[in-house]
Amino acid sequence: MIGSLPPAAVMILGAILVPALRGRLQKAYILALPLVGLAYLISLGEGQFGQVTVFSYDLTLVRIDGLSRLFGYLFHIAALIGLIFAMRAKSSMEHVAALVYAGAAVGAVGAGDLITLFVFWELLAVSSTFLIWARETERSYRAGMRYLIIQVGSGVLLLSGILVHSQATGSVAFEHLGVGTLGTNLIFLAFGIKCAFPLFHNWLTDAYPEATYSGAVFLSAFTTKVAVYALARGFAGTDVLILIGAIMTGFPIFFAVIENDLRRVLGYSMINQIGFMVCGIGIGTELAINGAVAHAFNDVLFKGLLFMSMGAVLYRTGKINGSELGGLYKSMPKTAALCMVGAASISAFPLFSGFVSKSMVMSAALHEGHDWVWLVLLFASAGVFHHAGIKIPFFAFFAHDSGIRVKEAPRSMLVAMSIAAFLCIFNGSFPNVFLYANLPFPVDYIPFTSAHVIAQLQVLFFSALAFVWLNLSGRYPPELRSTNLDVEWVYRRVAPRIVGGVTAMATSARAGVLGVLRGALNGLLTVVQRHAGPGGVMARTWGTGTSVIWVALLLSALLLMYYAR
Amino acid sequence: MATDSHGSDHSAGDDGRQHVFDDPKNVKRLMRTFYAICIGVFALDLVNLVQGWMGAHELRHAERTWEGLPGFYAFYGFVGCVFLVLVAKVMRTFLMRDEDYYDR
Repeated sequence: MIGSLPPAAVMILGAILVPALRGRLQKAYILALPLVGLAYLISLGEGQFGQVTVFSYDLTLVRIDGLSRLFGYLFHIAALIGLIFAMRAKSSMEHVAALVYAGAAVGAVGAGDLITLFVFWELLAVSSTFLIWARETERSYRAGMRYLIIQVGSGVLLLSGILVHSQATGSVAFEHLGVGTLGTNLIFLAFGIKCAFPLFHNWLTDAYPEATYSGAVFLSAFTTKVAVYALARGFAGTDVLILIGAIMTGFPIFFAVIENDLRRVLGYSMINQIGFMVCGIGIGTELAINGAVAHAFNDVLFKGLLFMSMGAVLYRTGKINGSELGGLYKSMPKTAALCMVGAASISAFPLFSGFVSKSMVMSAALHEGHDWVWLVLLFASAGVFHHAGIKIPFFAFFAHDSGIRVKEAPRSMLVAMSIAAFLCIFNGSFPNVFLYANLPFPVDYIPFTSAHVIAQLQVLFFSALAFVWLNLSGRYPPELRSTNLDVEWVYRRVAPRIVGGVTAMATSARAGVLGVLRGALNGLLTVVQRHAGPGGVMARTWGTGTSVIWVALLLSALLLMYYAR
Repeated sequence: MATDSHGSDHSAGDDGRQHVFDDPKNVKRLMRTFYAICIGVFALDLVNLVQGWMGAHELRHAERTWEGLPGFYAFYGFVGCVFLVLVAKVMRTFLMRDEDYYDR
């Protein structure tokens, strides 16, 4: 029996019992699940487990190797930290959703075949939506719906890609795919949507800030990192990823500077960090892939820490806009200090975690002769410090005193943030002990050369100097209550307006058209008889590939109609 | 949003205690330390330059000649961030809408 049970099942099936328990027992049980799951994953070692044949497809439910193992560890650790943070959540349904969501992430990175991947891919989408809806506001309901449609849309593309690909190659194994065929291109696009590629990135900045104070912590950990893993598995060394990654590091930081909702700032900064990983995957050398994976690991911890500190601020003050906060270091000094550990880590200060992983990707870019890309990444590194490293702690905890006086964050939240902060410093100071030892390829990279450390300190301190100068000279844009238009404008404003207009026209035209239609119906029946009757074009047997595309189109149209409803 | 707030102390305003940055002297001290570090990390590049002339082992060995120029990283970080903020400010002029733009 043991060995055929996927590690993902511990948290997913274990979640079922949560509502049946109460009080301390329930809390202990919730926290035990990720620990048991992690122990089970470690005990399995490397290898492939749970091979089954469903219809004619050979499925491998669990594959643990150099690439998937660290992600498996990471998701258990992130689940544990998040669950401690979420101990005070209003209802246990949030814990259930989080457990299923974390389990789905573990399952997805353990999937040895594309069909198993697809199942967990959809489970990720559905379970995570409940973390947004748990906020129980009209805004969060609508944001959750938009999020779900896009996530399921990615799943539809993935399934179409898998079917076309398996039709063409006869295999559903989840190995290196590479772009170029219709099937793999569809899969690439599906991964890209979940990875928040430019133009597909707004679901992230739209939905995460609408989640509960703890929901955003889970959301930041799993979905995009599963996508990063999937890209590393299927599309390592794909050149276009270098360009996509570089764009991802660059454009979101402009939005982050003018964004007022501090959790949305973190959302933009997440896209920026994923950009470094995508770039590393595109470069595709051992150093670059190691860097991408290490950075994914570190990002979950420091971004989780930042989301937790902002979650604690939201929990205590009920506010999250930079324009309404400030001076909170007076009443939440511990949260402020922990937030700054996260800020130092994401900014890649030496001895903090971001430094040891981001520098791998950047070194790889320079080694491979991508000088221009390297310059963009360096600009993005300076920008990260500017908006995530300085702006977040500064406007929440310092700046002008908003006069808000609250209690320090509850103990459970401080414990969760402290664990994350400890891991950020530990990985940043002793990368060889755990992080480098568990990367997909052997590491002969030394982050702490005098050249690296000095260059990084110069970039960081002079970025900070720019912030100081802009602020003191009154050139820094103030935090304003506002919304900034992004790509989402197309589907949140333009498309509904068009649909609304068309619907109105259609209604008035309907009456007139109906009469004409009745007359045309008889004629139509004759035509249908000709095409769909025996031997007609619609009655022919279509290739699976063509059918799949049509089904995908119809499903997507259905989703869109539901949204525009 | 009242539903999101847990444990606000509604006696908002000053709690009567003196906090570390309430004293302008402490702010000044912090800023002086910061400027000193900026000068310090910049000065390392001058040390590096001298080492290069003397043929000694360089503190900051460069992979590319342009990246090895004295002050490259400091300059790039400073100018990059000023560029970032000024462009973002311009973006506000055509991207910024009311907070409830999508809710209307």
